[in-house]
Amino acid sequence: MHVMLWLAEGTWEGCIDAAAPLIPEDARVSLLYVVPEDVLHAAGAAAEGLIGRWRSRPQTGLTEQMAAEAMASGEALVAAAAELLGQADVGRVIRRGRIEREVVQAAEAADLLVAARDGDRSRLGPHSLGPATRFVVDHAPCSVLLVWPDEAPDVDSIPPPPESRRRDQSAPPRG
Amino acid sequence: MSGAPGETLAIVLLAATLIAAVVRPRRLSEVVVSVPAAALVLALGILPLHVAAKEARSLGPTIGFLAAVLVLAEMARRDGLFAAAGTWMAAASRGRPVALLGLVFVVGSTVTAILSLDATVVLLTPVVFATAATLRLRARPHVYACTHLANSASLLLPVSNLTNLLAYRASGLSFTRFGTIMALPWLAAIAVEWLVLRRFFASDLVGRGVKDSERPVALPVYPLAVIALTLVGFFVTSIAHIDPAFAAAAGAIALVLPALRSGKASLGDVGRAVDIPFLAFVLALGLIVSAVSYRGLGSAVNDLVPHGSSLWSLLALAAIAAVLANAINNLPAVLLLLPAAAAVGAGPVMAVLIGVNTGPNLTYVGSLATLLWRRTLRRHEVEPPMSEFLRLGALTVPLVLLVATLALWLSLRVVG
Repeated sequence: MHVMLWLAEGTWEGCIDAAAPLIPEDARVSLLYVVPEDVLHAAGAAAEGLIGRWRSRPQTGLTEQMAAEAMASGEALVAAAAELLGQADVGRVIRRGRIEREVVQAAEAADLLVAARDGDRSRLGPHSLGPATRFVVDHAPCSVLLVWPDEAPDVDSIPPPPESRRRDQSAPPRG
Repeated sequence: MSGAPGETLAIVLLAATLIAAVVRPRRLSEVVVSVPAAALVLALGILPLHVAAKEARSLGPTIGFLAAVLVLAEMARRDGLFAAAGTWMAAASRGRPVALLGLVFVVGSTVTAILSLDATVVLLTPVVFATAATLRLRARPHVYACTHLANSASLLLPVSNLTNLLAYRASGLSFTRFGTIMALPWLAAIAVEWLVLRRFFASDLVGRGVKDSERPVALPVYPLAVIALTLVGFFVTSIAHIDPAFAAAAGAIALVLPALRSGKASLGDVGRAVDIPFLAFVLALGLIVSAVSYRGLGSAVNDLVPHGSSLWSLLALAAIAAVLANAINNLPAVLLLLPAAAAVGAGPVMAVLIGVNTGPNLTYVGSLATLLWRRTLRRHEVEPPMSEFLRLGALTVPLVLLVATLALWLSLRVVG
């Protein structure tokens, strides 16, 4: 069984902590990190969009300069994650592109993809998934294990459905 | 050459200059087309020499001012000011993503206001990206904040944006008065950006980054002091009726001389920072736009724009300016709109600035023309879809335009 953990800044430690006890001992584990191409591109394009500043632009372009840094910081994050997991021999996959698409592509090789909730985690839904995570859960070509990177909120944190609230107010007390 | 043929040729030359600046065939400098085009405008008499001389005299100090600010920012980078800002933001945020975003807003708005939007786009953005990466926080909200603030936070001072420098000359306002009128719109624009970005990127402002190691923040005191004194100098010179460009020049020299002496920068580096081709491009573009205005388009623009300082006139002007900036680019847009706006007064000039400065956030490359060209150019390459950025622009730009113009109207009533 091939288990792939998708790691992102802000939730990676919680993701490892939550997933580690659930990974079968004989499973092959790999760690995935995606460098967000659109963020690099936005920065580079803003610099190129400055009309007339031909000479002040960096020769290689801001996008490529930042990409090298982003790849290195991704590698460092994955290395820290491997250490936290206590497994030095895990597979390490660093990709660059549109995050949600790259994760789905990479998950093709896995039997189980582990992802962390990264939306509003103050209560149980709605919107406990950020846009990229929602896309990944929806499109993953394998099973998905969705973990809470920190302690899951209480079940009472779910807002009651609107109809039941109305009924509670209008209906006479039962019993 | 006068009359209709002159006007047509001037418009053709302006179009050629802009297309060359956007397309940059063979990555050639913009001056390759703009300077010969301006020379042609003069040689054929489309722009009479006495009008050209007047235009050049008014553009000259602006260009000198621009050169000084470019040097100031580049020398501050060499002195490690931006790197220090990154270290400071990392330490002060203590790994909290919302705190980091707040600090990026403070630093981004300050850098843009004092050292111009170029400094934020080219020098600060990579530092902010690296800071987020070091803290292991998602870079997205912070990088997008930089690109947005480079435009929205460039309202405050004449030095914040080249468009402001051009308008500052045309409006006849003093440096201090410019800043006083624009303070409220500037704060309003930043506040709107904060409220929208904070919500828009809520799911990326998660977790707690690693605490930065115990690296002490070594503040580059000298460049900071020079920049602070330069800022004071802007206001002092302005009150004393001296051109504030001299304060900028003094600041630039104060950073260049020690850098040259210590070998931190060579004369060639300083020359590159001055960016003569860019300055030549601005002068050439100014002359060509002046020819276009002189030959009739000026009165057409005059008929088109609202005349008055009522709230509705200001809103309409800001909207027209934003549309024009997005259609072509904010530099020619402001050059075209300025004469008509300046004839009415300071309020309309400032409304035009709100439009041309904050409008470009609709696209991430400054104008629709540039965006379409990039798309065409990269049809066969992988251009990442930028729908998120465009959505963010669609959310913020109309709101910033509205709120900042309202703030301008209020500001004009209080201090105007």
